[in-house]
Amino acid sequence: MKRKWNSSIWVGFVVAIGGLFSYEFFAQFPITRDFPWANLLLFGIGGSLLIFGLFRAFGRPQVYHGKIFAPILTAIALFLFAFFSYEIFYVLRQVPLSAHAPRVGEKALDFILLDQNEKPVGLGDLLSGSRAVALIFYRGFW
Amino acid sequence: MRSFQQKLSEFDARGIRVVAISVDKPEINRGQFQKLGYTFSHLSDPKAEVIRRYDVLHLGAGPKGVDIARPAEFLIDSNGIVRWVNLTENIAVRARPEQVLEAFDALGSAAQ
Repeated sequence: MKRKWNSSIWVGFVVAIGGLFSYEFFAQFPITRDFPWANLLLFGIGGSLLIFGLFRAFGRPQVYHGKIFAPILTAIALFLFAFFSYEIFYVLRQVPLSAHAPRVGEKALDFILLDQNEKPVGLGDLLSGSRAVALIFYRGFW
Repeated sequence: MRSFQQKLSEFDARGIRVVAISVDKPEINRGQFQKLGYTFSHLSDPKAEVIRRYDVLHLGAGPKGVDIARPAEFLIDSNGIVRWVNLTENIAVRARPEQVLEAFDALGSAAQ
């Protein structure tokens, strides 16, 4: 009898890869960036399909293909998941303490910097005529 | 940044100036803000001098090990006093505009 294509291995692998490469997409939205549950969900679905495929390949080898590809693709997916977890749960949390950043109640440090129109702008300029300034420091480098 | 642009009218209505700061050069900020349709001010601190003075420097965290700013948000009142600070412990988690608006509204009610 001709053996069947073990589709869950391949679908699971593609979904797991999607869990990694969709990070940029989901990072656009605070709800999926603050905690990457959408990516973890994709990894979870992909991993389940791969495990299902592994069981089919080794449990019913006379029916299904995949004894070679299932372990290889599962190992690759596991490696990608480990890399993703390391980045998300370790690297992203390596933020400096900023123990000496201005605190609530302190005077904000003055500055003069060029804005996007090359015009020098000071903190005083920003405060004059406004009731408050929301100063947002961010990483930049688009 | 995009979420702040989307809520910019609410900042304007309260008289709050939204200002971004990064180490990028003005021409890069101009180009990106034009492309993305952002209309608030973007200040350029290429030598990270102000970033360093605010102690929000992230050493070597940029491309090729360049020093950049860590995400941090400050609300400064019209007297130049810091009234609210957000120093995240996760680079991916930044202040949402609603948090800043809430902090501002809380100041108003506290003063009354």
